[in-house]
This record gives sequence, structure tokens and C-alpha cells, in this order.
Amino acid sequence: MLVEAERLTKKFGDFVAVNELSLTLAEGEILALLGPNGAGKTTTVRMLASILKPTSGRARVAGLDVVADAQAVRHAVGLLTELPGLYSRMTALAYLDFFGTLQHIAPEQTRRRGEELLKRFDLWESRQRRLGTYSKGMRQKIAIVRAMLHEPLVLFLDEPTSAMDPHSAKQVRDAVLELKALGRTILLCTHNLPEAELVADRIAIVRRGQIVAAGTSAQLKRNLLGDPVMDVRLIEPLDGLWERFGIPLNVIEQGPNWFRYRTDQPEAVNPAVLKRLADLGRSVFSLGPLERSLEDVYLKIVQE
Amino acid sequence: MNLRNSLTIARRELNDSLRDWRIIVPIALLTIGFPWIMLAVSQFVFNYARSFDQEALFITVIPFSMMIVGFFPISFCLVVALEAFVGEKERSTLEPLLAMPISDLELYIGKLLPSIILPLGASYLGMILFDLAFKWDRQLDIPATLTIQIVLLTTLEATLMAASAVVVSSHTTTIRAANLLASFIIIPMTLLVQVESILLLNNHGEILWHIMAGLIVANLIVVRMGMKIFNREEILAREMDELNPASLVRLFWGFVTEGRGRFSLFRFYRQDFFALLSRNRASLAVVFLVMAAGLALGWGYALIYQLPPRALDLEQLTGGSLRENLQNAPTMGILPAFNTRAIFLNNVRSLSAAGLLGLFSFGSLALILLLIPMAMIGFFAGQIWLVGQSPLQFLVAFILPHGILELPAAVLATALALQMGASLISPRANMTAGQSLLASLADFLRVFLLIVIPVLLLAAYVEANLTPQIVVWLYSR
Repeated sequence: MLVEAERLTKKFGDFVAVNELSLTLAEGEILALLGPNGAGKTTTVRMLASILKPTSGRARVAGLDVVADAQAVRHAVGLLTELPGLYSRMTALAYLDFFGTLQHIAPEQTRRRGEELLKRFDLWESRQRRLGTYSKGMRQKIAIVRAMLHEPLVLFLDEPTSAMDPHSAKQVRDAVLELKALGRTILLCTHNLPEAELVADRIAIVRRGQIVAAGTSAQLKRNLLGDPVMDVRLIEPLDGLWERFGIPLNVIEQGPNWFRYRTDQPEAVNPAVLKRLADLGRSVFSLGPLERSLEDVYLKIVQE
Repeated sequence: MNLRNSLTIARRELNDSLRDWRIIVPIALLTIGFPWIMLAVSQFVFNYARSFDQEALFITVIPFSMMIVGFFPISFCLVVALEAFVGEKERSTLEPLLAMPISDLELYIGKLLPSIILPLGASYLGMILFDLAFKWDRQLDIPATLTIQIVLLTTLEATLMAASAVVVSSHTTTIRAANLLASFIIIPMTLLVQVESILLLNNHGEILWHIMAGLIVANLIVVRMGMKIFNREEILAREMDELNPASLVRLFWGFVTEGRGRFSLFRFYRQDFFALLSRNRASLAVVFLVMAAGLALGWGYALIYQLPPRALDLEQLTGGSLRENLQNAPTMGILPAFNTRAIFLNNVRSLSAAGLLGLFSFGSLALILLLIPMAMIGFFAGQIWLVGQSPLQFLVAFILPHGILELPAAVLATALALQMGASLISPRANMTAGQSLLASLADFLRVFLLIVIPVLLLAAYVEANLTPQIVVWLYSR
């Protein structure tokens, strides 16, 4: 595991920002931490990036202890902060030189790596422009370049598309997908659900400093919303269908010419339902799973 | 520590400041333009006073002008330092730096250096220009000692302002708030420059060495404080640190009750007080050292400034004459009326002041408030010894009866005042500076209200009613 956190807790005075949070992240995996503002996502990332010390619990990143080997951890990870935090009077090249020096990378290597990343993120043409003149999307991308400059083993991306217009957000999301294609290990903090679903292998939902649900998107939906729900639409009304149907079915909703049922074995149940309807002379317009979004899962958890 | 990291940060800060016209234009104007204005002012004073004493004027007005020329540019230390610390915080550029593999100390030095270098460089340049212009105009050299003193003073003041700005920055999240707090730096600094001006204009340059020593101590304290509080934990925790009175009160009450939720007077006297003494033993030790130093200092001064032989004629004391002398004490302006109430209120006022001043001076002024009476005791004991009488008898007669109560009360109050001031520089383990200050305040207030005040009341009664009788009894034997 590249990231292992065990019962991490962080208190600021009386306020418990993170409460006994545990997580793991395997090499090449992308884990999305989902949660409302103030849920403890940023504090978790700051502890894992050795910026804050945990009040209790322990964590290892790239095999290094986040407290005992703090400097080495900071060298092993790349952190994209919620706000890009750019020096507006610097050019992109000078900016990368500065952070390259602080990461103890040889100047030639910084230049070579900087050029490669700037080209990959379509910033090469703007390399001599002052960062203050960059658009929001460009700013976030140069911040991602900064975070990747020293080829970190793990990337922590904290709200990479928050407060961005759709175009800028797409630019940044594409950049993250590119990182995914490169096999990067990424911890992504976000409250953008489609983004999490799109890029993450696993999702962990954080509430009041604790992970309250974790798994793949499909697992979360199944675990929290129950078995898949099938939606059946008929050409004619249902009139008297159930008296003669004969197959036990967990019907949860129905209308004039439609019904929905829940099943844990759609592969077996759906063909049987279709066959039975055909036997009864009913014309089926459609049968398929009801789309359930991550938003449903998230709202269910957050509202609890 | 890797100085390379600090220099990398310092270089970027310096480049940034050099590109900021709001900083560069005023500094350039003050550096290049102001020396000529001061030269013109000096010319005017010279021409006006030519007929009086040109030499005296030369050794007072010119160094003063040079000092002012040097001071104006260093006032920008505050601006640059606030920009470098709280400005970064406000612009959210600090967190990427905190994520770098650099230590808190490297970051601190990297940000402190450019805050000093640019304004101080401008200050030196201004003083050199003034010196050269003066030499060219008058063919006279400013005395080397005064020049060295002014350069050193300017350097120390620049460092102090920049280091203090870091402390201020650490307690704020916006430049606006930091600017407001910065008045706590600029006002004392301006007062200090006024004192230095008076000394220079009155030809008391030798006292400037003492001011420099004080500035060195202040620099050490503030730099140490900055190093202590400029760390990732404090900086990022501050984001969450809204002023929440309910939370502060809860925290304070937790310290008052030692975390038990309920305060018990019985438990305080029986248990908590001794635990409190134990955790403040370092401050108590410092206070005892200062008391000893005060006695020695007073004794030393007695050897230098001996009173006339008849001034301390204790053998002639009678109850009437002693009481009369003591009743007349307030007319000297420094002693209270000689009754229980006046003595008690005076002592409470002094020790309250020690607490308050200790808070604003990292504890140092609280120590000075105790040092002065101890030095006075030492001085009079020394004088007694010089006239061939027993200083021990003097102490037993004049000090011991009420001192046996008053001195421990003073020691306790001063030690806890020192601890309050010191908590900002050196917070207790696992506490922020704010939490540590609240904990020390809880200690100070509990001890002050429950021990110091009752003991001072008893001591005042003894001093007003028993001490004079003991003095008369001992000296009339």
C-alpha cells in the first residue's frame, strides 16, 4: 500500500476535524474523498502530506511515517492545494525553477521535466507569461505541474475543480484523467460527485471527520441504496396483471402501465419476467435497470 | 538546517519586493531624496547657530539627522515582513511552500532575511549618501563612534521590527488585521527613536550602548518567539482559529479547574497549588535569581554612591521619630501613605502591574518591577554596612516582619507574570501560544486572588503596625 492511515485524528482545540479516520491506497489507484465542506478532507490530506501532525493515530505514505519522516514524505508526495497559490509576478518557468530548487532537483532536470509537463498540459506556449495573467484553468494546471515536477509517488489533489467554470473544470478533469492514464496514485478530495465517479477507482465518503462509506461506485450504490431496481414499461395498462402473474416479484412501485421491482439476481429474474409477460400476451415497451446516481448515495449518507 | 533552502526563498521574496512599485518607490525616495532634505535642515540649523557653539551643534544635530535618515527606510521592514508572512497566507501561496521538504526554521529564515535586507540596505545607502554629502559640504567627518552606534542601532531596530512583524503575522490571517496589530510595533519603536534623539541632542551618546544591549535582548526574545510560533501547525491551525468567546471561556475554565469541570477551593489549597508551583519552578528559579541580582546590584551601588554619614542614623530612632519619618514618606512621591490600606493597595497595584507588563514584555518588565525594590533593599543594607552597622539587623528589623509574607507573595506573582509573558515565546508542550497564554493566565489569576491578595493584606497590616515597633525595639536596645 502506498498510503496507509490508521485511526488518524486531528483536533484544533475543542474542534475535532478528523476523527479516527483509516484508509488505504494501493499503487496506481485513485481514491476520491467525498464530503461536504468542513468534513475533514483537507485536514486529512494535510496530515498525509506531513504538513500537519496528527493528534493521534498514525499514517505511512510511500513507506514513510508522516511524523517521523516528515521531510521525506513531503518529497515523496505532490500536493495540489485547493487554491493554486501562484506568485502572480513570476513566469511559469521561473515558478517551476523555484519549486524545483526547493525539491532539490537539478536545474537541468527541472527544465527538462518542466518542459515535458508544460507541453502535456498545453501550457508551453504560455511559459514566459506572468502567472497573474493565466486563466483559472491554466492556473490550476500549472499548480498540477508544480505538484508533479519532482515525480512524486503519490499525488494529493484537494478540490482541483472547485469554483471553476465548466470549461476550466473540464481542462483540469482531463488533466487528472491523463494522470490516471499514466498510472499515478492519487487521493482526490472533492465534493463534485460526477467528477469522483468519472476518475476514481474507489470512493470514500467523509462526514464529520470520519469515513462513513467506502467502495467502488457500484458497491456504494448497492450497499447503500439496496439491490438494483428494474423498471418495466408496457404498451397497455397493467389491468389485472398481478392476479395471473404467478412469479414472486418484489414490486416496489407501480403506475398505470409501468412497475418497478428490486432483485439481487437480474440475470435470472429479468428473462423470467419478460417470458411471463409474453406468455400473458403483454407487450413490453422496455425493461432495464433504474439509473441510480452517486448523488443519491451521497445525500442519503449526508442527510443521515 | 539547509541554508540553501532559506536563500532560495529569500531570493524569491527579494525579487518579488523589487518588482512591487508600492515598496520600491517610497524606499527609493526616502533613500535618495531624504538625505538631501536632512542636509538642508542641518544647514539651516548650522547657519542659525553659527555664532553659538558650532562644535556642540555638530556633535548633536548631525548624528541625530543621520539617525533619522537611517530610520525612515527601515520602517519598511514592517511592510515587507507583513507582506512576506501574512500576505502569503492571505493570497494562499503559503500552503504550497509548506508542502515542500523544508523545515519551519528554514522557511522562517528565508522569509525574515529579505524583510530586513532590502530596507536595511536602503537605510545604509541613505546614511552613506548623507555622510558623503555632509563631508563634501562641510569638509567634516561625523565621529566614528557615533556612526558605528547609529549603524548598529538601525540594524537592531530593523531586525526587531521585521521579527516582531512575524509574530504579529502569526496571529492574523489578513494584512488588514496585521497592519492594525503592527501599531504595537511601530509606536514603541517611534518612542525609542525619540529617546535616542533626545540622548543624541543632549550629547549622551554613551547611553546608546545600553539601548543597544536592550535591543539585542529584545531581538533574541522576538526571534525566538517567531521561530517558535512560525510553524506549520500554528499557521494552519490559525485558519480554524476564529474568536469564539464560548470556546475560550470553556478552555479557560478547564485550566482553572485543572480539567475536572468544577472548582474546589479546598482542592486548590491542598493539591492544585503545589502542582502549579511544580510546573512553574523554572520561572520561580529565575525570580529568585533576579532577587539575588537586585540585592547585589543595590549593594554595589551603595559602594559607589555612599550616603552622608548622618543620613542613616538608626541609633537615634525612637518610636515617635520613626513614625514621623514614615508618615512623611508620601511627600517623597514614591512611597504610599503609611497605613494598612495604602500599603496593601500599593502592593496589589504593583503586582497587578507586574502581571500586565509581564504579558506585554514577555515577562521582562515584571522582573524589573521586582528588581527595583530588591535593589533598594540591597542599597540600604550596603549603606548600613558602610557606616559600621549590621545589615542583618537592618533586614531583620525593617524587612523581615512583613517581608516574610510580602516577599513570597511578590515572588509568586512575579513568577506567574513571567510565565504568562514567556508562554507566548515558549508555549507549554502540546499547546498553541494562545492555549498556553490562557493556561498561564488561569494560574496567575488563581494564585493572585486566592493567595497573593490575602497574604498582601496580612503583610500590609504587619508592616503598618508591627514593623515600626520591632524596628524601634531592636534599635533602641
